[in-house]
Amino acid sequence: MIPVLFFVFSSVAIAAALLMVLHRNPIYSALFLIMTLFALAGLYTLLNAPFIAAVHVIVYTGAIMVLFLFVLMLLDLRVETRADKTFKPTQIVGFVLSLVLVVEFGLFVTLDKPSPVSAGVQGMAQVGDTVSIGTLLFTKYLFPFEIASVLLLSAIIGSVILAKLKLK
Amino acid sequence: MTIQPSYYLVLSGILFSIGVVGVLTRRNAIIIFMSIELMLNAVNLTLVTFSNQLQTLDGQILVFFVMVVAAAEVAVGLALIVAIFRLKNSVHVDDVNIMKW
Repeated sequence: MIPVLFFVFSSVAIAAALLMVLHRNPIYSALFLIMTLFALAGLYTLLNAPFIAAVHVIVYTGAIMVLFLFVLMLLDLRVETRADKTFKPTQIVGFVLSLVLVVEFGLFVTLDKPSPVSAGVQGMAQVGDTVSIGTLLFTKYLFPFEIASVLLLSAIIGSVILAKLKLK
Repeated sequence: MTIQPSYYLVLSGILFSIGVVGVLTRRNAIIIFMSIELMLNAVNLTLVTFSNQLQTLDGQILVFFVMVVAAAEVAVGLALIVAIFRLKNSVHVDDVNIMKW
């Protein structure tokens, strides 16, 4: 069951991500990114992280992507027009560099040397549910948690100032 | 068959590379931004995979903080894009080259 789910979620994630990058209409791109994020939430559940999966759906699709769609609706909805059918040199370089990156990632993963990943760890699978994540967040990671709230506050202030800015 | 952790890492690498393609080839600032989000999520998948494999929850806490930073980044970045749009009437990155030397 789990292998089937893994392949379904991963193929949906990759296909939607490709469509997101390749689609000319930004609204469709945003919707395809939402699809990718839902597939990733499914993968988090398979990886014993139900709390992260739930927060991922709430924060990303519920807050961040709505913000994206909101801004897209505020701005112009012109479909990106391509002047000519030939690819620009920057685009060719971009595709080649990304291909090199894929090959490098593949090499790193398939390199046959003992690593913590392949060795594995014995013991009970630790499930990241609300209780365990919350306990860790308010004990070991209390200081970073507070710093994160300061970061969010400064982000709010920064975006309000940018929005109220009087432009010449 | 069982799903190896390396499968998740390969998937994460593929998603990250798709995000890189988006940043390098697209010219719409908002789509570049969405590609950056995709790259952040690819890294999150790596963190959750290692967290599951090493039987520790620290990786999932780190994912939490990545989400916080992503939310802050999106709020400020979209405000910047709206400000640029009000100034230039465009979100095309080729039109925003006043800092180009």
